[in-house]
Formats: sequence, structure tokens, C-alpha cells
Amino acid sequence: MTATDQWTERFVEVIARASTQLAPDVVEALRRGREAEEDGSLARKALDTILANIELARGKWQPICQDTGTPLVWIHHPVGMSTRMLTQAFEEAVRQATARQLLRPNAVDPLLDKNTGNGAAPGIPTVHCEEWDDPAVEVRMMLKGGGCENVGAQYSLPNPTLKADRNLEGVKRCILDAIYKAQGKGCAPGIIGACFGGDRGSGFLESKRQLLRRLDDRNPIPELDAMEQEILAKANQLGIGPMGFGGKTTVLGVKIGYLGRLPASYFVSVSYMCWANRRAGARFSPDGGVQWLD
Amino acid sequence: MARLTLPCDEATIRALKVGDFVELSGRMITGRDSAHHWLVKEFRQEVAPYMQGSVIYHVGPVVKKHEDGRYSFVAAGPTTSAREEPYQADVIGRYGLRGVIGKGGMGPKTLAGLKEHGAVYFHAIGGAAQVLAEAVTRVETVFQLAEFGVPEALWVIEVKDFPVVVTMDSHGNSLHAEVDAASKARLDALLGLAG
Repeated sequence: MTATDQWTERFVEVIARASTQLAPDVVEALRRGREAEEDGSLARKALDTILANIELARGKWQPICQDTGTPLVWIHHPVGMSTRMLTQAFEEAVRQATARQLLRPNAVDPLLDKNTGNGAAPGIPTVHCEEWDDPAVEVRMMLKGGGCENVGAQYSLPNPTLKADRNLEGVKRCILDAIYKAQGKGCAPGIIGACFGGDRGSGFLESKRQLLRRLDDRNPIPELDAMEQEILAKANQLGIGPMGFGGKTTVLGVKIGYLGRLPASYFVSVSYMCWANRRAGARFSPDGGVQWLD
Repeated sequence: MARLTLPCDEATIRALKVGDFVELSGRMITGRDSAHHWLVKEFRQEVAPYMQGSVIYHVGPVVKKHEDGRYSFVAAGPTTSAREEPYQADVIGRYGLRGVIGKGGMGPKTLAGLKEHGAVYFHAIGGAAQVLAEAVTRVETVFQLAEFGVPEALWVIEVKDFPVVVTMDSHGNSLHAEVDAASKARLDALLGLAG
């Protein structure tokens, strides 16, 4: 078995986990949401179905959601490891996972207007490799569905309609507006990843990277932590609720990062992740050991 | 919870109201983006009998092909319906559909179409791909598989006790419009934009 084959095999396992086993912190947040909703309400009924679905998928090792999304992966690797090899191994893992129905054939060639049938196409999956000093390889991935990707939004400050200036208050206003505009269409209750600053491309990428965080973590930067808590509380006063049926549980978490910006630009990039927040992570030691990361 | 067998008649559909839970059984067809475009481009005689009096389900399933050539649904939750807004009312009228299953709701053109033709919008739980795949008991046939690929093909399926909620009825009511208006008012109040 070549090194590429070995990594492909490992990555298929990570993809299988992401697609079928929802992380415990997300399940816990959904359970709390279910308790908060009124007995007999559409909101509670929706969350009951969601929780039953999570357990079915877990038991059968079958996709939680049929839209298995764009596989986005961040790989940290030791000095000297080939990023081209890791990228090829992950691409092959996507093709193999698709053949095994762990993923749906989810890549369309827009020039030919044809599904490629194997889950891969230029830009799908998206693999980011970064060197570090650790001897282990750490993989963190997500499957981001199309419905929630479609309700992402990017704002350019100032925004007079929202009375949003070029400051943290303005950033908060944009994020709340994006949550309102998404309604239930991104499969609420969702998780918000946001970034202020950056350019149009880097801002969205950072907003997605924020979605790798656990729901119960706290932002180490006090200003951002305060923003995250405030937006979470306010978003859940909007009354959109699970699936947009109305209710108290609109958003499960808000995660915010930032990047440097040009004097002329002030972007706020908002990525919406559906309740089926399919994250998986693993740490592969040089001795062959695997540690699963939530 | 009400039970409804497909295909069904107009009176049965007219009796449904926003907020009703319904379990659907019988035969339906799937179709999403490419399918709607294809259905309105010209009248498709070959699929019309499967649509008359039944519903179209907005879904792009994960499908397993068995060794004997049979298909089965592995994961099959709804996709966002809003993308079919330009076509849906026409498709309902031309093919005699009694309803649509999807998620996220649809807009005013579809709502008017539901009222005119006697049809409803059934909301399935987004992401509940396993619960809903379990309710799909058989794949009868498939159209446009080679052309559109697995997610976008038109699959004719048999379902049993498929759980949905009526969120747009045939009398002009939409839960989505109500929730949107109420949440807009709250947003404006939170941001001090009211008035």
C-alpha cells in the first residue's frame, strides 16, 4: 500500500464520521432547544424528528442529510510532508466515499451542466494544507450543505439601510440581518460563522473556518466573545424557530473571527451552517495511532 | 395526525389548513432544479400519469443500486424549494399536481397557484434524511437519470406514513409569510429601525 492509499483510507474514515455521526455538542444544543420549545408546537415536533434522525444515521452509519455538501478540509502536517500527496489522497477519499454512499454524487460541472457522478470536480473538495512543528497530522473537516451555503451573505460597511457603521456595532447588525434573511431556509436552527475584515474571498473562508469550533467553546478575545453571546441571545428573540416554523430556537451558536482589511474595504462575511453541522476531526500520530477530535 | 393516500382529489386537499400534520402514503414523484426546468419546457407525456393527483417531492436523494438492478433510497430529506418558485405554479397547473413537498416554503406566485389549482405545500423536516428515507418503501422507476444524475433525476417512489406539515394551504395562507413578517418586526425593534 502506498502512502497515498494509506492516507486515502484514513480520510474515508474521517468523511464517514462527518457524514453519519453528529458531534455531541451539537446534539446537546438541539436537545436543549427541544426542551425550550412548547409541548405540541411545530418547533418541538421538528426537533423531535431531527433528534430521531441523528440517532438513526448514527446507528446505520448512513448520511444524516442527503445533501452531503462541499467537503472542506484543513490539514496540519509535519515539516517535509507532501501537500500534493495529501490533497490527492483526500480527493480520492471523496470519490471512494461517494461510491460507498457515504456521500452523494454532489459535484456538477457547470460548463457541461452535468453531474460528474463521483463527487469531485474542480474546487470540490476544498483542501487546505498547513505545515506545523508537531510530528502528527491533524485533520479537521466539515460537510457544508448547499441549502445553508445559499443563505450566506456578505456586507460592505457602511450600510445605511441597517444603520451599520464601520465598527463592531455595525458588524453585529449585519450578522443579525443575515440571520433574519435566512429564515428557515438554511435548515434552522443554524450555526453562524462570521468574519469581519479580509477581502471578499478570505472573509468567507475565515467565516467557514470558524464553524470548526465546538458550540460550547468561548472566544478567547473578550470583545468577540461578548459579540457572540449578544448575537446568539438576540437571534433567538427573532422567533424564526426550527425550520422557520416559529419558535425559540433559531440559532445554536455564533462564532466570529476577523482578518486585516484595506482602508477602503470593510466586509462582514456570514456563513450559515445548518443544524446538521457535520464536523469531524482526527489526529494521526507517527506511530499509527488515531485520536478522534470533537 | 391526519393520514392521506396519494393520488387524492381536490376536496381532500382543500380541507387541509396551515399547521396540519399529515402522513402521506402512496405514489409520488421527485424533482428539483433540472426537473422543473424540463417539465415546463414542454409537456412530458411520459411522466404526466405519475403526477396527476399526486405530489412532487423536492429532493436529491442518495440512492443505492442493488445487484439485481433495483434502486433504494439511502438518504432522502427535502431540498430548498424557493429555487422552483419561477416554475412551480405552472408545473402544478399543467400536470394536475395536488401538492409539493419541500423545505423553506415558497413565494407568492406558488401560493396563488396553490389557491387556483387546489394544491398545498407540505413541509418536510430539512436534514431528516434517514427518517424520511425509511418512509420510502419502494423505487418504482426513474426518468432522466443519465441526463440529470442521481440527485436531479425524477424518481417515482412509493411511500408509507411520510411525515409532513402543511405550511401553505389552498386558501392563501402561508406560515412562512407570517414568520417572516413577525421576525422582521422583531429585527427592526432590536436594531432600532422601526418606523
